Amino acid sequence: MSIIVNGSATPLPPDPRVSLLDLLREHLKLTGTKKGCNQGACGACTVLLDGERVVSCLTLAVQAEGRAVTTVEGLAQSDKLHPLQQAFIDRDGFQCGYCTPGQICSAIGMAAELERGVPSHVTGDLTAGTIAASREELAERMSGNLCRCGAHNGIIDAIAATFISKEAAQPYRPDGPEMAA
Amino acid sequence: MTPFQYSRATSAAEAVQSAGLEAAKYLGGGTNLVDLMRETIERPAVLVDVTGLSANIDEREGGLLIGAAVRNTALAEHRVVRERYPVLARAILAGASAQIRNMATVGGNILQRTRCAYFYDDEGSRCNKRTPGQGCDALDGFNRMHAILGTSPACVATHPSDMCVALAALDATVHLEGRQGRRTLALTDLHRLPGDHPEIETVLEPGELITAVELPPLTMASTYRKVRDRASYAFALVSVAAALRVEDGAVKAVRLALGGVAHKPWRAWKAEAALKDGPVTAEAFRAAAEAELADAAPLRDNAFKIELAKRTMVSVLGELAGEAA
Ligand SMILES: Cc1cc2nc3c(=O)[nH]c(=O)nc-3n(C[C@H](O)[C@H](O)[C@H](O)COP(=O)(O)OP(=O)(O)OC[C@H]3O[C@@H](n4cnc5c(N)ncnc54)[C@H](O)[C@@H]3O)c2cc1C
Ligand code: SF4
Ligand code: FES
Ligand code: FES
Repeated sequence: MSIIVNGSATPLPPDPRVSLLDLLREHLKLTGTKKGCNQGACGACTVLLDGERVVSCLTLAVQAEGRAVTTVEGLAQSDKLHPLQQAFIDRDGFQCGYCTPGQICSAIGMAAELERGVPSHVTGDLTAGTIAASREELAERMSGNLCRCGAHNGIIDAIAATFISKEAAQPYRPDGPEMAA
Repeated sequence: MTPFQYSRATSAAEAVQSAGLEAAKYLGGGTNLVDLMRETIERPAVLVDVTGLSANIDEREGGLLIGAAVRNTALAEHRVVRERYPVLARAILAGASAQIRNMATVGGNILQRTRCAYFYDDEGSRCNKRTPGQGCDALDGFNRMHAILGTSPACVATHPSDMCVALAALDATVHLEGRQGRRTLALTDLHRLPGDHPEIETVLEPGELITAVELPPLTMASTYRKVRDRASYAFALVSVAAALRVEDGAVKAVRLALGGVAHKPWRAWKAEAALKDGPVTAEAFRAAAEAELADAAPLRDNAFKIELAKRTMVSVLGELAGEAA
């Protein structure tokens, strides 16, 4: 009866009402994972469960029995940040930082989905083997993570720089008349 | 959250037996049930986790047999679904967020409950679905998201699923197992209209388990269009699942279902009848949409849904006709 959290086996709480989010934050004091809405709507509590992104607020800890949970605390290798963490710093991927752990875990799960060829709502050809990771694709795939500070453009830049290419990560410039001038 | 006992079923028979004991509920991904339990709108004494049951997707007689524990992402990314049932892949991908689709199961998606805000507001609002006989605050309230077809004075809520709208159009059948044995049911017969008892949402017997969903073969072009308030991650104002085959300039076969408009995924039988063997023209599409929406009854804030549903139907049929041409 245990869960593997960032590589360490952790006993399950005796009360099945405890959510995975509360297990992480309140029992294990891993407060990197954030509680925003507690209703599945904001993505702040996103963690990786056996490598797949899920919202930990709507996951009961018992449902994760025997499975591997990765939180933002589990991403860095000793003193070296995960490349995506560094890219968030380099490309202004946050302001207050509250949504950031969820954004980062979500983006890591998203990159694996893209690699596997999982289509999205904006994918034109559902039968194509590979999907071009356009900005539109990245934005759609990250739409389950809200940012109240509006750092979304920096977030997409950081994700594109880490998982796609340096060119894809060029800061977004709307083609508005002021910008063209 | 009210205390409950948790158990994990290893077979459908075991699940049905465990759920027979007392006020029990099956647990899929938990994305709807855990939320409603936290609000104490659902108060099961026993939770039987059925995510360990069949999560297989098998080809069968030209169609597909989909285990109830298949996650929404797994279904949308399945090769056969993408190639032959694009309407289903697109409907799933238009729903919720990637995180929730990774968790949500086919069984749970079908039985998810309404997102009516008054239903969720346990302390502040009256709701016949939550507390039978109490009244319905949505009737005279903020009802922009509510239903326009098949409503009753007791309830005007919508069924929120995108996936189910595609399943309705696809003539899917649902495989069930209960204390009385096994049976199958057309998906379009599973959910009820509210009538006098909006608290009874399906024709399922107490403790009946969804074990699988079966899709017959589809030999038509198909797609799904969802109209919502923002470009992503919002429930439907109106959605349309459609499949079409054109032969010799006439509609040879057509399937249409609407989401966001009723207490159940709404199969547009009247529009289909109007289109069958008729011309492939915008006028014919519009006439069919008019026929389907003829009985629509708007509330204070949602009359726009009637015209929106018609235009979306015409537009989607036009897109498929273009593809088929
Ligand atoms: C923020 C948010 C946004 C969303 N947006 C959308 C959207 O845009 N479109 C959309 O379609 N959906 C949306 N959803 C809803 C989501 O699709 C559902 O919550 C999900 O599909 C439910 O599946 P689940 O496996 O998690 O079900 P659960 O929550 O586990 O269960 C739901 C119900 O089904 C019952 N059940 C589960 N499995 C079985 C079974 N095998 N047999 C019998 N009964 C069973 C449970 O007892 C429960 O009553 C959204 C949800 C959230 C939280
Ligand atoms: S519309 Fe239905 S669910 Fe909403 S408040 Fe009225 S009775 Fe309740
Ligand atoms: S806290 Fe889990 S999605 Fe908002
Ligand atoms: S950085 Fe503040 S909410 Fe995203």
